[in-house]
Amino acid sequence: MTTLTDPPKESFRLGMLIYDTRYRSMTIQIIALIGFLLLLGWLFNNTAQNLQELGKEPSFRFLGEPAGYDINQRLLDYNSQSTHMRAAFIGLLNTLVVAVLGCITATILGVTIGVLRLSNNWVVSKIMTIYVETFRNVPVLLWIVFAMAVMIETLPAPRAFKGEDPTATMKLYDTVAVTNRGVYIPEPLFSRSLGDVHFLGTSSFRFDVSMDLVLLMAVFFAGLYVSIRIKKNANHVQETTGNRPRTWHLRLAVIAVPLIIVLAALGFHLGYPELKGFNFRGGIHMRNSLIALWLALSLYTAAFIAENVRAGIMAVSHGQTEAAAALGLRPNRTMSLVVLPQALRVIIPPLISQYLNLTKNSSLAIAVGYMDITGTLMGITLNQTGRELEAVMLTMMIYLAISLSISMVMNWYNERVKLEER
Amino acid sequence: MKKTVFFGALAVAGLAAGVAAAGTLDDVKARGKLNCGVTTGLVGFAAPDANGEWNGFDVSVCRAVAAAVLGDSAAVEFVPTTGKTRFTALASGEIDMLARNTTWTFSRDVDLKFTFVGVNYYDGQGFLVPKDLGVSSAKDLDGATICIQTGTTTELNLADYFRSNNISYEPVPIETNSEAQQQYLAGACDVFTTDASGLAATRATFENPGDHVLLPEIISKEPLGPLVRHGDNEWGDVVRWTLNALISAEEMGISSANIAELSAGTNNPEVNRILGTEGTLGEMLGLDAGWAKNAIAAGGNYGEIFAKNIGEDTPIGLARGLNAQWTNGGLIYSPPFR
Ligand SMILES: N[C@@H](CCC(=O)N[C@@H](CS)C(=O)NCC(=O)O)C(=O)O
Repeated sequence: MTTLTDPPKESFRLGMLIYDTRYRSMTIQIIALIGFLLLLGWLFNNTAQNLQELGKEPSFRFLGEPAGYDINQRLLDYNSQSTHMRAAFIGLLNTLVVAVLGCITATILGVTIGVLRLSNNWVVSKIMTIYVETFRNVPVLLWIVFAMAVMIETLPAPRAFKGEDPTATMKLYDTVAVTNRGVYIPEPLFSRSLGDVHFLGTSSFRFDVSMDLVLLMAVFFAGLYVSIRIKKNANHVQETTGNRPRTWHLRLAVIAVPLIIVLAALGFHLGYPELKGFNFRGGIHMRNSLIALWLALSLYTAAFIAENVRAGIMAVSHGQTEAAAALGLRPNRTMSLVVLPQALRVIIPPLISQYLNLTKNSSLAIAVGYMDITGTLMGITLNQTGRELEAVMLTMMIYLAISLSISMVMNWYNERVKLEER
Repeated sequence: MKKTVFFGALAVAGLAAGVAAAGTLDDVKARGKLNCGVTTGLVGFAAPDANGEWNGFDVSVCRAVAAAVLGDSAAVEFVPTTGKTRFTALASGEIDMLARNTTWTFSRDVDLKFTFVGVNYYDGQGFLVPKDLGVSSAKDLDGATICIQTGTTTELNLADYFRSNNISYEPVPIETNSEAQQQYLAGACDVFTTDASGLAATRATFENPGDHVLLPEIISKEPLGPLVRHGDNEWGDVVRWTLNALISAEEMGISSANIAELSAGTNNPEVNRILGTEGTLGEMLGLDAGWAKNAIAAGGNYGEIFAKNIGEDTPIGLARGLNAQWTNGGLIYSPPFR
């Protein structure tokens, strides 16, 4: 006869939390979570306590007070009576300007260098290797300061353009002035301008939109649209008859002719810089700080992008190139039609990080006195108001927002160029 | 249960924070070193010499405080700060006091929560221009490019001055004095503006100081002095009365030459109180009786410090002017030691 016994019923003991593999990972996670929360709580509490002891309760009211300082590069109206919020906004725009300019230049340079580094020409590829290795192995801050120092020390001061027998002269038929305070280039002016439209009243984020610009953009995009239609049509003709009609002059004309007519109607002309008093007046003043920062960031980031591009191209199997050659494609077209489109899939994700890096590195602007968001909100505003915590937190949030927007756009683009898998 | 642990921890953290904020005087004594914030380098006020030893008018205040508290004028850790980093450094406790050409203003006192313990130099903002620019007044500077140090009263005064005179300028914001000097000498800015004393000190380091002139306009009041954090009055008192001891010493005729002799006792009760042979002033401050004697012995009295670092016999060549003793028609005045 067999006796049936129940399997021994396990009772739960505390030790099992650690020794029993079923519970162990859970236990560790909960302990880690509690530890993390404690740390966070301690940090918050300590900060709050210390601030209170100093009598400085966190408050963002300072953003509405007059800033009191001037900013040299301002894309929108600003003076020392504007609020700290406005100063921060002007700084933010300056950050975006250098980030956008930098990303564009770095991409163009980087792609070119990356492709050239794979060139069969030994000299060219070696030169590109040297470029990449020098630029990416020296901290970008040094490049920025170096570019600024070179400009300040080697270019002539506006004073040198003065007098009977000036030691410096303007370039390009007297239209461009290259000085150690920056480069002055001609600016577009409209004698029959449509004026500006003002948005957001008197708030800190108020801005104007030039109607001339809006009109020109509208005409340009309409032209572009028609031009694309013409191309589609040409494709269609090619597919049905086998002959491709010559359309490039027509396509150019539908964009250029309306633009020229509108420009003439608006009374387009150029305003040239002119030496008056201490400085050049008129024209667009690209400050030495902007140029130094833009140049250094572009050259530095281009070295990294070049490596990404090279890696992307090498990732495309050689068979593709051989197959294209077998079909009779010339090397240039093989690169642009076969290799690069496939390489893009590999290039874009690291490219996103490079754009993010460039944008974040632009916060080194303060080294050359470029008034970006770090220079305004986290620089002078923080210093004059003593609102360290608030200013730093706001600045961090702004950089986070910029970075997330860049990743979003780039991820969307990545989706688009991804290989359609069937 | 998680919640209670959480709040328990908060309470503990709160206590810890409270303990950490104990008296600065005790901290300095325990550390055996005074952390003193100074400039990144402005010859005459605070700059390291060829041997890396810090010297200057502001540095002497740090040294006097170290001598008073620790009995050793060399027990100072000098922390170079820029116009921008100085207040964060002081507020965060990285430095115990700041002696860096810093102007006493309402908002720095009331809003930024710092205690200015006194004034060691009465100054005002001036403009330095190259002679060959042919400018004779600040009102002629319309459209000029001007180098300014960021995070200073200078940039605020400048904005006000140009706005009220209805003229324009192009500001070039700069972090340190040496960068400003580089840009100014290369002609990247027409004008350099800061405290007139700072301009004189900067100009003295130029190759041809004679090629540069100070414009006649002084556009602001800049009372410069040492400062400490709000909320620690005992420490504030130590720094304040050390400075006052230096000033009173000049007034009473106590100098590094005769201090040893006078410490033996004199028939001037105030001199005796300062030098610790009478009364218990040192004890009241939490220091030993020889505190002020040590402070004065460190670098001499106020007048000696002035003459040695920035006075008329130095390349900087500043006259006492407003900074003469009140007995000589100046503003330098210490409350009585009693
Ligand atoms: N007194 C003004 C200006 C102080 C200031 O920045 N002074 C300059 C020149 S007098 C300086 O000390 N520079 C030294 C450095 O760059 O570290 C203030 O407190 O805001």
